[in-house]
Amino acid sequence: MTSAAAASPGPVLALRGVIKHFGATAALDGISLDIRTGELLAVVGPSGCGKSTMLRAVAGLMRIDAGQIMLRSRVVAGPGTFVPPERRAVGVVFQDLALFPHLDVTDNVSFGLDRRRRGRLGGRRNSRRVAEVLEMVGLEPLGRRYPHELSGGEQQRVALARALAPEPAVVLLDEPFSHLDRNLRATVREHTVDVLRAAGATGVFVTHDQEEALAAGDRLAVMRAGRLDQVATPEEVFHRPVTRFVATFLGEADFVPGQRRDRHVDTVLGTLPVTEAGSGPCRVMLRPHEIGLDADPTGDAVVTQTEFRGATVLHHVRLGEGTAVRGLRPHTSPLSVGSRVRVRPLVDHPLAVFPDLTRVPNVAPEVLER
Amino acid sequence: MSSAPAGASTRAVATTYGDGRRGWRLAVSAVAALAAVPVGLLAVSILTPTASVWSLWWRTALPSMLVTTTLLLVATVALALVLGGGLAWLVGRYRFPGQGLFSWLLVLPLAVPAYVLGFCYLGLLDHPGPVQRGLRALFGADVGLPDVRSLPMAVLVLALATYPYVYLLARAALTEQTAATYEAARVLGHGPLQAARRVVLPLARPSLAAGAALVAMETLTDFATVQYFNVQTVSVAVYQVWNGMYDRVAATEIASLVLIFAIVVIALERVARGRARFHQGGGARAVEPVRLSGARAWVATGVCSVVVGIAFVVPVVQLAAWAVAARLDSQGQGASGLDARYLDYLVNSLTVAGLTAVGCAALAVVVASGTRLGGRASTRRMARLATVGYAVPGPVVAIGVLTILAAADQALDSVGLPWGGVLVSGTLGGLVYAYVVRFLALAHNTVEASLDKVAPSMTDAALTLGASPRTVVRRVHLPLVRSGVGVALVLVAVDALKELPVVLLLRPFGFETLAVWVYQLASESRWEQAGLPALTIVAVALVPVVLLFRRNLAVPPQAGM
Repeated sequence: MTSAAAASPGPVLALRGVIKHFGATAALDGISLDIRTGELLAVVGPSGCGKSTMLRAVAGLMRIDAGQIMLRSRVVAGPGTFVPPERRAVGVVFQDLALFPHLDVTDNVSFGLDRRRRGRLGGRRNSRRVAEVLEMVGLEPLGRRYPHELSGGEQQRVALARALAPEPAVVLLDEPFSHLDRNLRATVREHTVDVLRAAGATGVFVTHDQEEALAAGDRLAVMRAGRLDQVATPEEVFHRPVTRFVATFLGEADFVPGQRRDRHVDTVLGTLPVTEAGSGPCRVMLRPHEIGLDADPTGDAVVTQTEFRGATVLHHVRLGEGTAVRGLRPHTSPLSVGSRVRVRPLVDHPLAVFPDLTRVPNVAPEVLER
Repeated sequence: MSSAPAGASTRAVATTYGDGRRGWRLAVSAVAALAAVPVGLLAVSILTPTASVWSLWWRTALPSMLVTTTLLLVATVALALVLGGGLAWLVGRYRFPGQGLFSWLLVLPLAVPAYVLGFCYLGLLDHPGPVQRGLRALFGADVGLPDVRSLPMAVLVLALATYPYVYLLARAALTEQTAATYEAARVLGHGPLQAARRVVLPLARPSLAAGAALVAMETLTDFATVQYFNVQTVSVAVYQVWNGMYDRVAATEIASLVLIFAIVVIALERVARGRARFHQGGGARAVEPVRLSGARAWVATGVCSVVVGIAFVVPVVQLAAWAVAARLDSQGQGASGLDARYLDYLVNSLTVAGLTAVGCAALAVVVASGTRLGGRASTRRMARLATVGYAVPGPVVAIGVLTILAAADQALDSVGLPWGGVLVSGTLGGLVYAYVVRFLALAHNTVEASLDKVAPSMTDAALTLGASPRTVVRRVHLPLVRSGVGVALVLVAVDALKELPVVLLLRPFGFETLAVWVYQLASESRWEQAGLPALTIVAVALVPVVLLFRRNLAVPPQAGM
């Protein structure tokens, strides 16, 4: 799934130290980022982390205070430069889609084409392009419908077609699936990704949904409080998060203390391989699927709480020395609260390791959070 | 907005629509300047009084004029508050026969301008009128009413013509109030009246203050109606000094006095409103109305009937009777039996109203779009400044425009162009300019409310698709605010058609409109000829009243009836 991105050359969109303040708060606090041609980048973070602000800055819907934004190697925002949105050639799929209610599907899709091609020849090329894009999103029979006559998923496709029609340098999608029903979301998302790939478009989409980000992006940019914590492939971000925030935001994670010896850490769960060499006290990240639980009356761990997850049951477990971890068991054989268990790490790859800040005196709370 | 799915876009990120276009900011500022300069000139004139004018006026008419104006304002506002507030309370909180119907019938008097209502009652009640004739026939030649041409009658007429402003605002305030507040007061041991006094009335105070201010402004603007009744206010003086003596300097000085009165009114409204910002969001349950029965129900119905009768039915019937009488008189003269001037003046009225409406609607679209595309808080303030003409009395705007035109005349003169004095002696341009300044607020509020319903992302979407701001306005904003622009056109055209003070001050020599004609005929006590044109004005003015307010005041179907 990353092949398209791997083969492509230099960045089509680049941000260099972009800063944007709203009053005293920094919505973008020095963002630097490269997006390669044909790549699909998911920007993920909690509400208010600045991810939508970043999209607005790239689209030219907002000026930046400092830094530089380049599209196809042209500076579109920077000291003394501001290219307005209508001259940036950026496609946007808005969160509320923002389809023009007074225009039918065809006119919505051709809205961005009219001004570039004039004359009868231009008109014919326009209608060809509209037909092409509508076919791409599978809406060719609905060209004469008005937005209010379409289902949510169809409206979504019109918005995508409209953004793609003028062949923009990059397509920005702002929480594009958040207005859809949960059961529809995955289908529409897959379809959107397929269309973007088929069109060879470069896309940046913003979401607060971790699952969505992991499933749809070639790369993920994890954002927090106006900064990017990590930009990497989904696998890398999931398995080798660089901060505790990334680790916990993209899934459940527990941190087991231990002593590092080169590329191994000795813990109460045994010796575990880790990604980075070092020495001294540290914490190893373990996700619930990496924790096996066996009922054992002689085990020194106790089940403190269970959560039904459908196919599996999540068990909260307190280890003998007090550390809390979570592990999964099939729903057919859950363990009851209070039962004794033996905890068995199920590790087939090196684990992420973090400094054990709880044992370092005088650490500021915000450092501890990382 | 059917296409935008619900629950979208509630983020706190500032929306700036391409982060501000200087051109659009300038456009908004230009409109604001256009509107604010006439008023501003008079404000400057307050600060630089011409001593000779004032000393003369102070020795002669000024003191009694100030007293009369104050008396008229206070009495009219008080009566309008009692009428409007009381009726709103009656129809809002009680059920009685005809209550649903009256809730919007009571707005109809808004369609009868004071200068029409005034001459109807002059014609009816004056010494030669039918009422006094009847009294004399019954009780002998010595019996009569006190002088009709008096301050109390002027107050009564103005209050009957303007109480719907208070009524509408009070109704809205009462509807907004939730049952919970009132019921809390009742549960805490207050009787219905005590609860009304301690909870409902204080909550409605800002609305009542706003209504009172509107009534005061209308009263201050008027100098036609009060002249029927021989009441000498400062606005009358502006008219007499300009139309009688063509003394622009003196007219400006006195108009600035009108502006001072207006500023006092605005200040009083602010004080009365205090820091109160009572908003009880909609959706909550409204207070359960009390069902009146027996004699009390009929008293309620009777009160409403009397007000609607006096303020609307009687004058309309009387006008119709006069119109018919005039037509019978003139039969045999013309083929149609219609005064030939009627059509001429109607066309004049429609021309001015049409030009004004189109001008206001166009500027309103520029201002509303400019506010959105221009970004920045200062653009918003400029947009508010553009609506200043509606907040000050008509004569202030008229004399301000006159001052600008005079300056333009002088400038033309000094460059040696031969049309000196042409602008001041009046062109249609000056009149339309004054009307646009006066009525821009009506169009702006309507169009802006319309555009507010167009999601900001709609503008953003069009921009990112490569449309220039001007194209965005043409291809996205305009089609989406079309209905708002339509309403704005109707509102402004109707108001311009029935407007009198400004057209009396600024009309080109010999240019008559229906309103001017009605006023002239009425001043000469030629009631019958005035019937048809006055009835025309009332009919036109009914359009927005019925269109806009009937729907807003629609009463929910009464359960179990």
